[in-house]
Amino acid sequence: MMGLDFSFFNWALVTDWLLKGFYFSVTLTIIATLGGIFFGTILALMRLSGKKWLDVPAAIYVNGMRSIPLVMVILWFFLLVPIMIGRPIGAEYSAVITFVAFEAAYFSEIMRAGIQSIPRGQVHAGQAVGMTYGQNMKLVILPQAFRNMLPVLLTQTIILFQDTSLVYAIGAYDLFKGFDSAGKNFGRPEEAYLLAAVVYFVLCYSLSWLVKRLHKKIAIIR
Amino acid sequence: MGNWDWQVFLEDPGGKIPTYWQWLVSAWGWTLAVSLSALVVALVLGSVIGVIRTLPDNPWLVRLGNAWVELFRNVPLLVQIFLWYHVIPKMFPVMASLPPFILVVFALGFFTSSRIAEQLRSGIQALPKGQRYAGMAMGFTTPQYYRYVILPMAYRIIIPPLTSESMNIFKNSSVAFAVSIPEMIQFAMQAGEETSRVTEMYAAVTVLYIISAMVINRIMAWVEKRVRVPGFVVAGGTGGH
Repeated sequence: MMGLDFSFFNWALVTDWLLKGFYFSVTLTIIATLGGIFFGTILALMRLSGKKWLDVPAAIYVNGMRSIPLVMVILWFFLLVPIMIGRPIGAEYSAVITFVAFEAAYFSEIMRAGIQSIPRGQVHAGQAVGMTYGQNMKLVILPQAFRNMLPVLLTQTIILFQDTSLVYAIGAYDLFKGFDSAGKNFGRPEEAYLLAAVVYFVLCYSLSWLVKRLHKKIAIIR
Repeated sequence: MGNWDWQVFLEDPGGKIPTYWQWLVSAWGWTLAVSLSALVVALVLGSVIGVIRTLPDNPWLVRLGNAWVELFRNVPLLVQIFLWYHVIPKMFPVMASLPPFILVVFALGFFTSSRIAEQLRSGIQALPKGQRYAGMAMGFTTPQYYRYVILPMAYRIIIPPLTSESMNIFKNSSVAFAVSIPEMIQFAMQAGEETSRVTEMYAAVTVLYIISAMVINRIMAWVEKRVRVPGFVVAGGTGGH
């Protein structure tokens, strides 16, 4: 068994190498969650609209995204986004666009299940009091769908936070890249990877514990 | 984006493999090999862990199972692959002689085992309690009533989530690119760089991923149909994805 030496791990390492990556991972997670829920809800509404010209493109998009590995999607966007907007783009910006587009597909499935979990009577009640489709969605269906789906949405966010490490493929500087670079710089890559695992575990475990508590709280009220 | 040039697949990459398309097929083989081997590891480990989390009167085994699931679920797959590839061979010299392929299969297999364990646990707990008691009443020992009563039903219940997990394992095998397993992402990156025909390379690899996912989906649908117990309808039917 090899001796491990964690002496390189100190506060300067955190501020010099890790904080920048941590900040990017968290920003990416938040933007991708909010953007993913926004576009995912639109996709879900398209799929539930009952109109073929809205349903089919949304279904192709969602199923297409879900059958390709995230790494492949990251590489595609890194290749295509600069061509589409006509100028080079940093790995970090490319990652943000990729994650919003990719997560929209996953969030749309969650939102679709959430919307379908609302009893039909609610829709009819909304129509009966004279609400338009938009009002009905905004005031009656979506608030309840969000609430029903909140634990699942948050669990997806935790998975999303773990998946941000895959921007390694295009060299963006996220939390994992921070550990990776620091480990290589101090000649202690093994210790750095172990520390990365511990940090991710503590963050994700605490978050999933919070989600579990929230789930219980919502379950009691209902 | 330029014009498509599929002729590039007939060119010689200048290595052991004569053409790019043959290299692509070999990369697909690596992807399949990593995924299928990891699936076997994940099914075996996931079943064991899933079962011990539901054992009666064994709080410590249940805790061990829960800890296993939390551990492998809360660390990103990329980090787990790096741990298996870089850290474990250094810490345990016995493991240093293992080829990278085995290490990556373990990484992906252990990662997925936590998800399968979770699915099997909820599958077992979804069964009516009476089934367990019926097994006990018949005089079965614990291993016996698991083998003959609980597990045959529980596995049938979890076929839909197992289907998506088998498709996930194919997608997740792409992360092995980070430790130089010559699978499809590695091929896409290297061949794209060598030929400057990145779009064609990515497109070919993407199509192969989609085909693999569809084949797995069909196989699992076939399995589900074959093993269906007449008169027993699993909630949600065919499990639409």
